[in-house]
Amino acid sequence: MVSAKETSSKEERNENSTTNLSIDKLKKFYHDMLLIRRFEEKAAQLYGMGLIGGFCHLYIGQEAVVTGITSVQKHQDTVVTTYRDHAHMLACDMDPKGIMAELTGRIDGYSRGKGGSMHMFSLEKNFFGGHGIVGAGTSIGTGLGFAHKYKNDDGVAIAYMGDGASNQGQVAECYNMAALWDLPVLFVIENNKYGMGTDVSRSSAGQLYRRGEGYGIPGEQVDGMDVLAVRDAAQQALNYIRSGNGPYILEMMTYRYRGHSMSDPAKYRTKEEVSSMKDERDPIINVKSILLEMDVEENDLKEIDKEIKSIIKESATFAQESPEPPLEDLWTDVLVESK
Amino acid sequence: MPIEILMPALSPTMAEGNLAKWLKSEGDAIESGDVIAEIETDKATMEVEAVDDGVIGKILVPAGTQNVAVNTPIALLLEDGESADSLSDRKSSNKVQPQAYEEANKKEDSPAMSSEQIVGQPTGAVIENRDILYAQGAVIEPPPFDEAAFFTDTKELSVREALRDAMAEEMRADETVYLMGEEVAQYNGAYKVSQGLLDEFGEKRVIDTPITEHGFAGMAVGSAMNGLRPIVEFMTWNFAMQAIDHIINSAAKTLYMAGGKLGCPIVFRGPNGAASRVAAQHSQCFASWYAHVPGLKVIAPWSAADAKGLMKAAIRDPNPVVFLENEMLYGQSFDVPTDENYVIPIGRAKIERTGSDVTITAFSINVGKALKAAEELAKQGIDAEVINLRTLRPLDRWTILESVKKTNRIVSVEEGWPAAGIGAEIAALCCEHVFDYLDAPVTRVCGKDVPMPYAANLEALVLPQSDDIIAAVKKVCYVD
Repeated sequence: MVSAKETSSKEERNENSTTNLSIDKLKKFYHDMLLIRRFEEKAAQLYGMGLIGGFCHLYIGQEAVVTGITSVQKHQDTVVTTYRDHAHMLACDMDPKGIMAELTGRIDGYSRGKGGSMHMFSLEKNFFGGHGIVGAGTSIGTGLGFAHKYKNDDGVAIAYMGDGASNQGQVAECYNMAALWDLPVLFVIENNKYGMGTDVSRSSAGQLYRRGEGYGIPGEQVDGMDVLAVRDAAQQALNYIRSGNGPYILEMMTYRYRGHSMSDPAKYRTKEEVSSMKDERDPIINVKSILLEMDVEENDLKEIDKEIKSIIKESATFAQESPEPPLEDLWTDVLVESK
Repeated sequence: MPIEILMPALSPTMAEGNLAKWLKSEGDAIESGDVIAEIETDKATMEVEAVDDGVIGKILVPAGTQNVAVNTPIALLLEDGESADSLSDRKSSNKVQPQAYEEANKKEDSPAMSSEQIVGQPTGAVIENRDILYAQGAVIEPPPFDEAAFFTDTKELSVREALRDAMAEEMRADETVYLMGEEVAQYNGAYKVSQGLLDEFGEKRVIDTPITEHGFAGMAVGSAMNGLRPIVEFMTWNFAMQAIDHIINSAAKTLYMAGGKLGCPIVFRGPNGAASRVAAQHSQCFASWYAHVPGLKVIAPWSAADAKGLMKAAIRDPNPVVFLENEMLYGQSFDVPTDENYVIPIGRAKIERTGSDVTITAFSINVGKALKAAEELAKQGIDAEVINLRTLRPLDRWTILESVKKTNRIVSVEEGWPAAGIGAEIAALCCEHVFDYLDAPVTRVCGKDVPMPYAANLEALVLPQSDDIIAAVKKVCYVD
């Protein structure tokens, strides 16, 4: 049984990471993280224009977490997350056009305009939402894992939650059941330091990655701003789970640059704190500098920037041109209908 | 062409704001993500970040300007190679984007669908689906069912055995059906409803859970989304209050939120309502709670035949089903068809006794009390029709209303509290559709509006009794 441990040392990881990594893989990380960032920036802009309404929780700053984990998951694995979910959908290879069109509440959105920012799903990509109730996604994720074991399909359920959710009672309930029945579940705590406006030190006793210790669930704290550290930790955790050992907890130490949602001015933290994260720890700049150190031409990366810019532009246009759902859609999809 | 930077909406309700401060000047190069200005909304001061890269060509709205409408261009951004000279002869072209915002806002004032279109009956002949018609408030004939044909060959079973047999038959037929709950496996069920299932199906499919309703309900929902068909037993429905978020927010709403792409086939079952002398926390009827929720089906069987045929229907249904049993009925025996194809359509009530003077509606244990009352009333010359509702959502409006058209009087019986109850719904239904047929006010017999007391005499006062039903019927028939 692996026990809870602190962040593995940076040197150790760098040694593993850069030697095992091709330039192509690093470029892919750069691409995937930049796609998320640009998508979220565009969402913020459309929100500002009144084209997206309600709640809109952005992932900017946290890109390394979902990108690193997704890079080592297998096609049969399933994913469930919270309401800060656009990035997880993009990482699952869902179509940015369909996601953006859902944000604008249009018929070509993933939920035909009925779900919005927090509620999108894709069975084809094994993405199970998008949940608006803090902590509920963790129970659903445990259930996805239960089904993997029941069907014996070698899948692992990856259940993302925030630091705030980790204090919900049902999370403890699920740690217990997942450990009791050796369910293939990777619990990922995206610790971005604030549950809405409450610093994690004011809400949570002890260390979140050690919350599984009493149940015998190994836990690990990882530098969630470093996509290579995330990837390595996720690979190890998934190997452990897939070998039939039961669940694993990864606490990703990350940071969101934006407020909790669009209407949060984030006055509970200092500008210095935010800018030091942006300037010194940014996951995208981090990968970019590794690539430049490996003698990749800046122009190569500009090509990627350009490609992403055009994907995002296309998705924003699509999301504005797609019509609103027809009025009769109000009544459909309440039930799987009987004839 | 230069890019217009627009005054952003920074909260769901913001229409205008003050441009407090520019953090960049004309001529400054900016990158996507840079903070360029501070804006005061009605709630807070917020930073505005650039979305595109470029050079600020012109600031259109100076710092300190108050009440700048959302989507007003506040600055112009020059892209690579563009010069500030190109700005001089520029006409304000705030066509495309502000319009989109205006349109988005207009909708708040004039709802997308007028009340005329929503209220009452379907909008046209386009939609012919039963569930959609139901959602629109339509009264439609229930699904056809020749029930009598199944009763040519029956055997006597207790409600407990009927439920067990239904689950066992469906588990034999479908590998993905499994049963989960507290004490369902080794203990054979706290009320012995799952007797023998562990022996037949093994611990993979009959699973004892820890006492952890919130967690296991959510887990079962997740497994249903990922291809299984769980039956979740709550030891009693009282404990399901710990799990109600998953029943409603996760199970009932997902299909709609997913635009029909992800459903949740699951049965939540267990004893509901008062047992005997177990006091307030263990004696509550949840019928109206769940019947309130679109996206759920809600079933409340009375007889063993109901239990068998409706449980099979619930397990086969692709939607989340709340199945409200009754502890006091578990040991009662009834004739049950032996045919394994005896599956009662959800949404169809059963007329247990035909009559011409008054309609009595009831569900679960109160069907028995209503039938007993009807026998007594018959002796007194009142011919009562007793409707066993069977399904509370979708409610069989048609059968209820057709009966009232015939009898012109109705008494609704339920164990739950009166406020916003099943009886309240039936009263509204009758007012809306058969008001002119009524010869007396719709009358409710309900549990008394108090938490359940422990003392035997007080408990009996709370629960509807046959005598209460008889008294209510006499009242609507104007008989002393």
